[in-house]
Amino acid sequence: MFAYFARRGVLAIFTLWAVTVLSFIIIQLPPGDFVDAYMAQLAVMETDVSEQQMEAMRRQYALDRPIHEQYLRWMGNMFRGNFGTSMLWKQSVLDVIGDRLAMTVVVSLGAVLLTWAIALPIGIYSAVRQYSIGDYAFTFVGFIGLGVPNFLLALLLMYLGFVLYDANIGGLFSPEYQLEPWSWGKVRDLLYHLPLPALIIALSGTAELIRIMRANLLDELRKPYVITARAMGLSERRLILKYPVRVALNPFVSTIGYLLPYILSGSVIVSFVLSLPTLGPILLGSLIAQDMFLAGTIILMLGSLTVIGTFISDLLLMWIDPRIRFGMVQEG
Amino acid sequence: MSAVNEERIFVASQWRLMWWRFRKHRVAVVATVGVVAFYLVVLGADFFAYTDPNTTEAYRSLMPPQPIRFFDDGKLSPHVYGVVGKRDLTTFRRVYEADPSQKVKIRFFVRGFKYEFLGFIPADRHLIGVEGAQVEESLFILGTDSLGRDVWSRLMYATRTSLTIGLVAVALSLLLGVLLGGISGFYGGVVDNTIQRLIEILRSIPTIPLWMGLAAAVPRQWSVEQIYFAITIVIALRGWTGLARVVRGRFLSLREEDFVTAAELAGCSRKRIIFRHMVPSFQSHIIAAVTLAIPAMILAETALSFLGLGLRPPAISWGVMLQQAQNIETVALSPWLLVAALPVVVVILAFNFMGDGLRDAADPYGV
Amino acid sequence: MENDRQPILSVRNLKTNFFTDEGIVRAVDGASFDVRLGQTLGVVGESGCGKSVTALSILRIVPRPGRIVGGEILLRRLTEDGYEREVALTSLGENSQEMRSIRGAEIALVFQEPMTSLSPVHTIGNQIIEVARLHRKVSKQEARQMAVELLRLVGIPRAETAIDAYPLQLSGGMRQRALIALALSCDPRLLIADEPTTALDVTTQAQILDLLRSLQEQRGMAVILITHNMGVIAEMADQVVVMYLGQVVEEGSVDDVFNASKHPYTQALLRSIPSIHSTPKAQLPTISGTIPHPYNRPAGCPFHPRCPDAISGVCDRHEPQLLSVGDEHQVSCFLYHPPSTENEGSFN
Ligand SMILES: Nc1ncnc2c1ncn2[C@@H]1O[C@H](COP(=O)(O)OP(=O)(O)OP(=O)(O)O)[C@@H](O)[C@H]1O
Ligand SMILES: [Mg+2]
Repeated sequence: MFAYFARRGVLAIFTLWAVTVLSFIIIQLPPGDFVDAYMAQLAVMETDVSEQQMEAMRRQYALDRPIHEQYLRWMGNMFRGNFGTSMLWKQSVLDVIGDRLAMTVVVSLGAVLLTWAIALPIGIYSAVRQYSIGDYAFTFVGFIGLGVPNFLLALLLMYLGFVLYDANIGGLFSPEYQLEPWSWGKVRDLLYHLPLPALIIALSGTAELIRIMRANLLDELRKPYVITARAMGLSERRLILKYPVRVALNPFVSTIGYLLPYILSGSVIVSFVLSLPTLGPILLGSLIAQDMFLAGTIILMLGSLTVIGTFISDLLLMWIDPRIRFGMVQEG
Repeated sequence: MSAVNEERIFVASQWRLMWWRFRKHRVAVVATVGVVAFYLVVLGADFFAYTDPNTTEAYRSLMPPQPIRFFDDGKLSPHVYGVVGKRDLTTFRRVYEADPSQKVKIRFFVRGFKYEFLGFIPADRHLIGVEGAQVEESLFILGTDSLGRDVWSRLMYATRTSLTIGLVAVALSLLLGVLLGGISGFYGGVVDNTIQRLIEILRSIPTIPLWMGLAAAVPRQWSVEQIYFAITIVIALRGWTGLARVVRGRFLSLREEDFVTAAELAGCSRKRIIFRHMVPSFQSHIIAAVTLAIPAMILAETALSFLGLGLRPPAISWGVMLQQAQNIETVALSPWLLVAALPVVVVILAFNFMGDGLRDAADPYGV
Repeated sequence: MENDRQPILSVRNLKTNFFTDEGIVRAVDGASFDVRLGQTLGVVGESGCGKSVTALSILRIVPRPGRIVGGEILLRRLTEDGYEREVALTSLGENSQEMRSIRGAEIALVFQEPMTSLSPVHTIGNQIIEVARLHRKVSKQEARQMAVELLRLVGIPRAETAIDAYPLQLSGGMRQRALIALALSCDPRLLIADEPTTALDVTTQAQILDLLRSLQEQRGMAVILITHNMGVIAEMADQVVVMYLGQVVEEGSVDDVFNASKHPYTQALLRSIPSIHSTPKAQLPTISGTIPHPYNRPAGCPFHPRCPDAISGVCDRHEPQLLSVGDEHQVSCFLYHPPSTENEGSFN
């Protein structure tokens, strides 16, 4: 058990580190550096800056140092809670992000829970009633979910909401709560607005998850322990829910490692279409404006969220699967 | 099963067997026909378009689709009504009215703007056109966009871009995937471990943000072609991981098989073993995996272009067309701007069904 | 007791088919036998001859696409007021209340793979308690107490802690014991043990067989012991049923079958047991040929293509019947019962 925990932990930390490197690369990728971009911005406002000033700024931000020193400096600053300055917003990156990180977590978590809530019963049904009309129908609906990209679905629903109900279905808050500080009313308002975007984001991952659950359960249904349980007189429903479903749940839980990147990815683009106050829209804005510290930080946050989420699911798996707890299997 | 039949199966080649199994999947076969149809549009985009996709005309902006009328006086004679546009003085939008007195006949295989078929055969025939009028000014079967460009014609060119970008990106991914996955599976050990960790890391970062971050680095001033290739590279940088996993998995299971050992004992070089013996024996799996990877690539381009980080005008792709539908008020008044969503959905489904069929046919006992 | 001469279970001409895409598999094709309380019935035959399917048929849990298509299974069960009543299991619904109250409570099954016959993610105790409480009105606490006692009974050391162990923490032999404890949890009158020792090493095999025998003596159960090991049969069984391709080819007491075997298949099986009297290093005789594929079973006697004594024109044309060759000794072979005209052309 400890070996599993340690291996997963080391892997998570290693991946986290790799994500910081990748984010840093993305920050560095665009031609020119921070000062160039800043100059370009000042030039638009017709402010003149001398060469000396530029050099001074480069020195201040250590942009004249070798790349690995810049990386270490960037990392060091982050550990001190300084994520840099957003040029676009003229604010510290953390201030720009505000509670958008939390909103991203809320929306994604909502989407993950919805994905499971939909995929689990359907997967069970499809496996137990293999090749029934219901099985085919769900497979078909699943394929539609797979085929319709979530941002198009969001667009379509926005359009329908607008045309049919003359309502803007976007956003996570009603206008009156948008700028309010947090209160119970605001939380209730959030819960009221959350299901639709969460559903849109959830839908495309659902098809694959149904497929996984169905296949896992079909495998388990053939195992001798099911025959044993049946031979002991348990009713079909009770025995299926208690044994094979429970066993098939373990690989299902481990799908979160696959699901999270998928859902966060979808949340970025769907948030943009539905103008949700999450990281997605400001990521896009910052990338278009080449506001790289903001963009890099957001990508880092999204990447870290998946790594942390996957690690949590690994722990969850350890908790629910005795085979892992007792070190009998290496991976979930 | 009769003995003759059994005999036939026994001697059938791997491909023949795969085809027989594939044929049983009705949906997959239909999907394949659909995919082929789409690629015909790719080849003949200029022929299927009737207006140069980049002719803009402000006085025709956001024109709704024209209904096609098939009968005239009880006779089959497809035509559309002429359209007059004027500006609404209260909303300042252009409004359009059909003029039933003005019938524009639709004709097939007519001459129109000049193009080079397949890139080198000069031609000017188009699938449809009109009689006795300028096609640019009279035919808008799917309406026009905000710059007054014909949506149908743009859709044809967009299909060409979006579907080829999928293929090029998948080809690049395949190259990387076979190379790295193969190395990983064949050598094992430290090499395998390193490549596996790399794949895991790439897969743990949400794709769209990663793609967005990489695509944003493509310089603005690049030409359409340069951006096209830059975007395929960006997509492939993440896309190879899935294929590499398939290749590695097959390599690992094949490595244990007798014929590879036999080849090794016979003194074949490793390169020769890989390319002469192992690669051919899992081509069918690769083909299935590639087919299933293409829709993700197409979707990546569409999403990036939709967000304004992928292809940029004057390039035309489904994503570029959908960019005009970003604003919900525009969509509400001109829903035909969403039409590019339809081929996206159809193509994704078609590739998925086809890929599923291929996968089952390649590996009937696998999961 | 006079009653004990009456079988607790009798299987009459049982036929179970699997309707697969490729064709119909006649997994059990007319099997008949009886089991009595306090007796062990050994069922032997090569792999694939339908032993497990017979067991599943008795419990009415044949998996799809399989189905019982003919025959009768009669069970004598105790009613509440102490009388005995005969129930035709074949006429009950697979998932009916009555059938479920029989499964586990009157007939229990120890399935053939101990490693995978228990749920890997539930503790042993959890599984035993669940079954115990299903068939009896006992509290969780009582059920747990019963489970501990059962585990002790089947010889699992430190039963109080073992009850909270997961199957993967136990060795194969211990798992098999746990599985037997599970089967005994409701005090069944008939225990079906499907190859309970095949996956175990020789010493453990012997221990498990000893355990089964002592349990049977203690409880006076009827046991159906399925195996393909003639040695196990000789050691354990009172009555023997020899199956070949879904049919019973010979049936009788252990003595009859071992010392006066009639069917060429039984004789071949017996010759293939190694014995301390055989010459060292000499090759064991094997049965020539292989089991025909169940889709295309041979016409006539199913064994005739491999039979050294096959009578051409008879064995490949007519189907033999299970007929008596002595007191309670029956065999299905034309060497002992030349075909009568009624049997002519019964090819189905
Ligand atoms: N689910 C199924 N679908 C199709 N055929 C089946 C199925 N289960 C069993 N059979 C067929 O029924 C026949 C009898 O199988 P069974 O499992 O009873 O054999 P067995 O005597 O128990 O063999 P073993 O000694 O290997 O356990 C076999 O030919 C098998 O192919
Ligand atoms: Mg068996």
